[in-house]
Amino acid sequence: MIPELGQFALALALAVALVQSVVPMLGASRGNLVWMRSAQFTALGQMVFVAGAFGALMWAFVVSDFSVRNVAENSHSLKPMLFKVAATWGSHEGSLLLWTLILTLFGAGVAVFGANIPHALRARTLSVQAWISVGFLSFMLFTSNPFDRLMAAPVDGNDLNPLLQDVGLAMHPPLLYIGYVGFSIVFSFAVAALIEGRVDAAWARWVRPWTLAAWMSLTGGIALGSWWAYYELGWGGWWFWDPVENVSFMPWLLGTALLHSAIVTEKRGAFKSWTILLAILTFSLSLLGTFIVRSGLLTSVHAFAVDPERGVYILALLALSIGGSLTLYAVRAPAMEGGGLFAPISREGGLLVNNLLLATATGTVLFGTLYPLFLEALTGDKISVGPPFYNASFVPIMLPLVFVMALGPFLTWKRADLRGVLQRLRAVAAISVIGALVVWYLVTKGPVLAVLAFGLGIWLFLAVLQEWGAKIKLFRAPLGESLRRARNLPRASHGMTLAHLGLAVCIFGFVGSSAWKEEVVVFAKPGTEVQIAGFDITFEGVEQVPGPNYMAFRGTLVVMRDGDFVQNLYPERRNYPVARSQTTESAIRHTLAGDLYAAISEPAAENTGNAWTLRILYEPLVNFIWIGSFMLVLGGALSLSDRRLRVGAPRRAKAPVAAQPAE
Amino acid sequence: MQRILVALPILAVIVLGGFFLWGLNPDRDPNAIPSALLSKPAPRFDLGPIAGVDSPGLKTEDLMAAGEPVLVNVFASWCVPCRAEHKVLTRLARDEDFPLYGINYKDRPEDARKWLEDLGNPYDRIGADESGRAGIEWGISGVPETFLVDPSGTVVWRFVGPIATEQSQDELRAALKAARGEAGS
Repeated sequence: MIPELGQFALALALAVALVQSVVPMLGASRGNLVWMRSAQFTALGQMVFVAGAFGALMWAFVVSDFSVRNVAENSHSLKPMLFKVAATWGSHEGSLLLWTLILTLFGAGVAVFGANIPHALRARTLSVQAWISVGFLSFMLFTSNPFDRLMAAPVDGNDLNPLLQDVGLAMHPPLLYIGYVGFSIVFSFAVAALIEGRVDAAWARWVRPWTLAAWMSLTGGIALGSWWAYYELGWGGWWFWDPVENVSFMPWLLGTALLHSAIVTEKRGAFKSWTILLAILTFSLSLLGTFIVRSGLLTSVHAFAVDPERGVYILALLALSIGGSLTLYAVRAPAMEGGGLFAPISREGGLLVNNLLLATATGTVLFGTLYPLFLEALTGDKISVGPPFYNASFVPIMLPLVFVMALGPFLTWKRADLRGVLQRLRAVAAISVIGALVVWYLVTKGPVLAVLAFGLGIWLFLAVLQEWGAKIKLFRAPLGESLRRARNLPRASHGMTLAHLGLAVCIFGFVGSSAWKEEVVVFAKPGTEVQIAGFDITFEGVEQVPGPNYMAFRGTLVVMRDGDFVQNLYPERRNYPVARSQTTESAIRHTLAGDLYAAISEPAAENTGNAWTLRILYEPLVNFIWIGSFMLVLGGALSLSDRRLRVGAPRRAKAPVAAQPAE
Repeated sequence: MQRILVALPILAVIVLGGFFLWGLNPDRDPNAIPSALLSKPAPRFDLGPIAGVDSPGLKTEDLMAAGEPVLVNVFASWCVPCRAEHKVLTRLARDEDFPLYGINYKDRPEDARKWLEDLGNPYDRIGADESGRAGIEWGISGVPETFLVDPSGTVVWRFVGPIATEQSQDELRAALKAARGEAGS
């Protein structure tokens, strides 16, 4: 009964969305306030119905109702409760429902919190949001119904892919989707502005908090996903340039560009048509990601069950939304008047460089991701594009970005004195060069690019600190005065500092763990010893340990350093009999300096005794990646809590330095 | 000029969309790695044995000589997944009872000899392909890679990567069964 109610709620949501896609839009063009305001109620109604459907599906998973096909295929009665709940979004249909739920949540968010947005813009925005809802709700109801019944209910389910039975991964899709789908509301704002034919500083201000919220979640989602890959897959890496990783990374890159270009639109009225284009393209890339994951277009570790009918439907959705919005853009953008003028060397100029580099980087990743498809279509050859391509193309674009990023916050609007800024950064530059040379001396192996990147990381870190210190007159004024200044500084300003520092911290992690990683793979019998990065590791043997829905082989490793006992590591290899697959549970010794990482895989034949394949890695500085990502998210949150984004009318900031926006 | 510029995004998207539409062709499987050799005769090659290993060398005629389907496994001592695969192949060759032939790809004889001494030598014949020439003839995309050749010398099945998972072993058993069924009828 409850699954049928869920399906009914979905149908109702579609009906409401259909009304919302027409009435407020008409109301806005005719100036009918009642029609415009109807969007607020329909947006809430849609959210309630989709949430009801989502609840119904979750209920079916919680009580293990195997007469629902989706539950039978993705759950099992013995699975821990957390993973029964998480399995709700573990399948194609369920994750699509989550996608739609978040879409309606953002619509409802604008309905509830958008009191400062003019009625017409809000009505149009919500109508555009409803167009997207209609597309996805109908997609679900017609091709991927999550509530399909099985005529003969099986006794037990097929179990969720064991790789996905993990706390980090249970949280990864919701966070990633909030980011992905959150850009939908920015897209809706952009299309509404194009329909309205007006983009001004106020528009940029209304859009920024939504962009920031989506960007934060996407940052968190990507970081969680890569953390999961790091400790669950047992390969010891955290990023593989897999197509599906790339499609979540591209909206992030372009969303970051959007965050920065919206600042210029808000402060100076420039970059209007560019900001609109970025808003459209960022969400288009999210849609593209949804399409690639669900259509089986590219080879990836994340593939959902492939169904050509679904692929065609999403492609049609894509054509309508992306094609429609970009056509509208091509028609309306030339009419947008240019904003304030600025000299090449200025804050605007710096942000322009930021945008150009980020857009180029996005294009590079897009090209690398789709190149196998292009090549196969044109020549029939099949290839895969891997890390060497991205190391050679993406990294060199990012390095100048990091260099400019350190300078940007020092530049003033309209016209800046680059020579003066460089002079102020002389000490920072000197320390960075010395730091890089010291690193080079300490780590003789590894590519030169790594040393350069590390030096740039130091440069960014120190320059950001100096800029923050200058703003609060740290060490130039009494400590009390500095504290008072720090308190008075807008939170957006602290947010920018924290996020930029976070990126510098990430860079240390990226460089350390990819360029200076050590790896040993041995065929281990009890008593086998391995030396790596100053550790002496002894393999003691393997025992069988039962789990709730799996059987684990647990290896014991004794880790010693300089003859002293450090700790034991227990990597596991788990067998899931129902799902007929295995997972690797790596054992990791976390320290700030680096992780000692161990994974085992079983002997393939019983007769060869107790020899296991043992893989041990030392990943220097890898934890800096997660710390830095956390700082990025926290910086975004700080900036989001700035009162400037909550007050309605645009206000002139009084203190000249206090007008720093967050980035 | 600006009109052309603002129309660029939509034009790019239309081109992309064309590729996507092509890519949705239901007969297309992006995971399948095509082999020019599948259902075709195995290539001509003639490899000597690895110095210091008892197994004799391998040439095209040997593939047909057994009178039953044979498995040709391309391996190397420097290849980590080959270690994982080695025991599976050892066990499968024993349990399923098929001749297992090896091509030792771009390897130093002393390394290969030590590897086989450490792990055991399940191969009935091993050809030493130090130059990698035979690997090119077979069209391998990496190591390990495995081919099933039927008694007429036709390549009937190919697997890229280590045969270690349950799934790949099932696939091999199925291919073996099919090849034997045909030979018997």
